Amino acid sequence: MKRWLTVGLFLALPVLAQGALKVGVVVSATGPAASLGIPERNTLLLVEELLKRTGGVAGRPVQFILLDDASDTTQAVRNTRRLVEEGVVAVIGTTTTPASLGMIPVVAEAKVPMISLAASKDIIYPVDAQRYWVFKTPQTEELMARAIVADMAARGVKTVGYIGFNDAYGEGWARFFEAEARAKGIQVVASERYNRTDTSVTGQVLRILARRPEAVLIGASGTPAVLPQRTLKERGYGGLLYQTHGVANPDFLRVGGKDVEDTLLPAGPILVAEQLPGSFPSKRVALDYIQRYEARHGIGSYSTFGAHAWDAWLILKPALERALRKADPEKDLAAFRAALRDEIEATRGLVATHGVFSFSKEDHLGLRFEDAAVMVQVEGGRWKLIRTFR
Amino acid sequence: MDATILGLLLLDALQNGVVYGLLALALVLVFAVTRVILVPIGELMMFAPLSLVWLQSGRFPGTLGLALALGLLWALRERGRGRALPLLGGAGLLLLFLLARGVAPLAYLAALLLVVYLGVATYRVFFQPMREATVLALLIMAVGLHVAYQGLGLVFFGPEQFRPDPLLQGEVTVGLSWQGVLVLAFALVSVLGLYLFFRRALFGKALLAAAENRLGARLCGIRPEEAGMVAFAIASLMAALSGLLLAPLINAAYFMGFMLGLKGFVAAILGGLLSYPVAFLGALLVAVFESFTSFYASAYKDALAFLLLVPALFYQSLRAKGVEE
Repeated sequence: MKRWLTVGLFLALPVLAQGALKVGVVVSATGPAASLGIPERNTLLLVEELLKRTGGVAGRPVQFILLDDASDTTQAVRNTRRLVEEGVVAVIGTTTTPASLGMIPVVAEAKVPMISLAASKDIIYPVDAQRYWVFKTPQTEELMARAIVADMAARGVKTVGYIGFNDAYGEGWARFFEAEARAKGIQVVASERYNRTDTSVTGQVLRILARRPEAVLIGASGTPAVLPQRTLKERGYGGLLYQTHGVANPDFLRVGGKDVEDTLLPAGPILVAEQLPGSFPSKRVALDYIQRYEARHGIGSYSTFGAHAWDAWLILKPALERALRKADPEKDLAAFRAALRDEIEATRGLVATHGVFSFSKEDHLGLRFEDAAVMVQVEGGRWKLIRTFR
Repeated sequence: MDATILGLLLLDALQNGVVYGLLALALVLVFAVTRVILVPIGELMMFAPLSLVWLQSGRFPGTLGLALALGLLWALRERGRGRALPLLGGAGLLLLFLLARGVAPLAYLAALLLVVYLGVATYRVFFQPMREATVLALLIMAVGLHVAYQGLGLVFFGPEQFRPDPLLQGEVTVGLSWQGVLVLAFALVSVLGLYLFFRRALFGKALLAAAENRLGARLCGIRPEEAGMVAFAIASLMAALSGLLLAPLINAAYFMGFMLGLKGFVAAILGGLLSYPVAFLGALLVAVFESFTSFYASAYKDALAFLLLVPALFYQSLRAKGVEE
């Protein structure tokens, strides 16, 4: 963590004199969420490099202050306080939902706009006095659950079993998925829980199998999502298997191997950017991001998570330009932060890698379902686009 | 609930139970000889398969550096001829790793010996110097090591899971893979082996004596430090072997060991941290309980498994005669 601070300060020295715009970043570059946080950090470093070449925003240099929260809520909150004291104009971050929720009171009290990179809808909904300052870029569970249920309905699925993490992620999915399924007349016949650290889910799987659902949804993220799927396959389950977008990383395919073949999952369109039809709005932006990221970190290195950070910057950049016309951060930082918040909220029709963002007073996610989710299937160890909702 | 489900649940319980049981045996053994509650046993268990995966992909695992560093400290603590063991062991380990890169059978051996060496070095560097300390102080040290090893595990192996290829493919019957049979067979062999070791071998008897009465054993010419090192070596060996056999079934990750170790600890407590057979039976009980709660109330599975501790501790405290240490 200290290292990043030093890096940030080091990069800052030459530009501070010219009145750089300071943007605070908190990501989980270490700890259990590191596989999400590292691409986010890499992406923002890429942005910083780009800005240095192109001369910043509206002629002003931009300085990122990158801090690592080690996937820990307390550390994220402490980092946010530090960033606020540093006089940042906005905060991007952080990677995980609990830590992002912890940061909300801090940015709200200091009246600093924040763009979270975490999934849960609770971060931006309902837009109350505190969440007034908070926006986010990743799709919510609700939005992705809609995609899954739409796919199930299209395949004529009537009964479905659910097994998910025994934590905020799994519970959030259970809540939104079950509500969405009920609305579409799909019956949830079993709803089981397991822990990320569990070594066996035989009991839960047997219970699901006993109810004979036509499809099973696994509400888990990363490699721990493989275990229930493998157990279901071993016990001879032949129905449809759905995962959530939390598994959209290469590690899931590596550990899952042939056990996860044919898995269906919703994902941000960037996961299968090159397979998208030419008319898909975010295709060009997504391919541009992938090309830039891979040029730096190698072919196949990009992930949907890093793209959320790219989207956060795509939103922030024009908002900064507009806010700079209204207020001067040198003279009145508080007024500038407020103006920046208003300009972020005024974002309309902004095409990014994961969809098209149009914020409003009630909606601080701003993604339209049709542009922000596609259905993907694992085929031959690769992601294959099978359905868009446009 | 029908007969098939009951059977599958019991099979699952058996497979998990023997692993908890092996860890419980290792915990009881280490506690009896050294009074250390070996909390980091779960980490030692996970280091084995993760190191194996690293070796198989041709990389050196960070655990090798850790083991060699601890080995060096160990050598510094020893005097004279005592230095030969850590130095030669460390050199041998390094050589084995150089040879084992990409060679499957050697990689298994290397991962196994790495963990054993690490376990013994852990005892020699951290626990042996404080052998006169209270059980509580030793426990605090053990918890500290658990946190440190888990953190190092994250640094060495990253946050994701890994799955080494199983030694045996396929299923025997529904619900039991050949790899599962291997785990069961290993459990049986190690229980038998431990029994014979303690009943028949002179060294085993000496170990028991050291556990029973430290001073008496010393008077008979048994060195408690040596007994402690052997206890740690056996415990690490059991942990590493069960980790290697189990990893293809459960996927290994740096955070997976703690829960397994904790369940083993619950079982060991059921046996009063004294009795090997009761601890093993306790492990099976924990597993059966867990298997059935995961069927009936999966959200509360771990809470219910740990609830088993309450009556066990209650019974122990009623039975205790109020003598400390």
